[in-house]
Amino acid sequence: MYVIVVGAGKVGWNLARELIEKGNEVTLIESDRRRYLVVAEELEHCIQYGDATELWVLERAGIARADLVIAVTGDDEDNILICQVAKEKYLCERIIARVNNPRNLQHFRLLGIEPAVSATDLILRLIEHEVPKYGLVHLLNLPGEQLEIIEMEVAPGAPAAGRRLADIELPDGSLIISVLRGGSGFVPKSDSVVEAGDEVLLVLDPGLEPEITPLFIGSGTLA
Amino acid sequence: MLVLIVGAGRVGSAVARTALAAGHEVSVLDEDPLSHERLDKDQSETWEDAGGRFTVGTALEIDALVEAGIEDADVFIASTDGDNTNLVIAQIAQRRFSVAKVVVRVMDPRRAAWYAEQGLETICPTQKAIEMFEQAVQA
Repeated sequence: MYVIVVGAGKVGWNLARELIEKGNEVTLIESDRRRYLVVAEELEHCIQYGDATELWVLERAGIARADLVIAVTGDDEDNILICQVAKEKYLCERIIARVNNPRNLQHFRLLGIEPAVSATDLILRLIEHEVPKYGLVHLLNLPGEQLEIIEMEVAPGAPAAGRRLADIELPDGSLIISVLRGGSGFVPKSDSVVEAGDEVLLVLDPGLEPEITPLFIGSGTLA
Repeated sequence: MLVLIVGAGRVGSAVARTALAAGHEVSVLDEDPLSHERLDKDQSETWEDAGGRFTVGTALEIDALVEAGIEDADVFIASTDGDNTNLVIAQIAQRRFSVAKVVVRVMDPRRAAWYAEQGLETICPTQKAIEMFEQAVQA
């Protein structure tokens, strides 16, 4: 695979190194002369000097035959535009962009720059996973498909505890797809009973969490 | 007609004053509060007294764009000193806020040409300079 990585900061340099070790052909592009010289000591001909928002720099790097373009500079506008021209002008099939300021994520989406990866967002997701609020964990987010899969622990005394699936009043757009109990899981039927201590997996439309969490948390566990 | 100008450098501030003098409603957004001085310089009254609006904020912040009036803008001019910023905010104005007329300054001639093909109204001072130099050489 031929990969162009733009931005030889810590992220870009390490990405390039890992991709090369995995046997890919890589060109890293860096616009700061001093940074370029430092990284070139190690990566030699795999790094080129130039501003990748200029078309000729991308062309010199061989964008026409790139399988993947990754823009990880510290500047969100640059990352958006590099990916936009890679995708729309040079018809590169796969792009990945870094989002520095999570508030700019909406601009990446608006202009069709996906996937857009935000370190802040990833760490926030991890915090949520490691320190689950009311036992809710996001297992999978598919914003394009408008679906999420979450996992929740059923607290003792919660409205759902001890009830048949058919009797749990889930909002429209949500469904319990699996119940984990005692180390193994099963796909519940409408007459399956959910017990306290179970972990339930739900598929839902994004944003339904506030309606769903009260069903599975005990009245005493609300912080 | 509301004209929103993002980037009050030499170009942006001059266009802002001309548009205001022509009787348009003009709102200027710039991240540097000092750029306001350019609007007041050599004028008999301040920018606000003359009827102009000025917002301090970063162009990529939706809140700042909204505060500056992008939702009601009829014309959007992207004239910051960064091509990439201009191209991104111009597309935001066009696609998210459906501003009727969006004009964007792009110094890089090749990208100005390509984005023009994609439907953006681009102004490329570099290209204009190239053409004028070429004419001067031939004359």
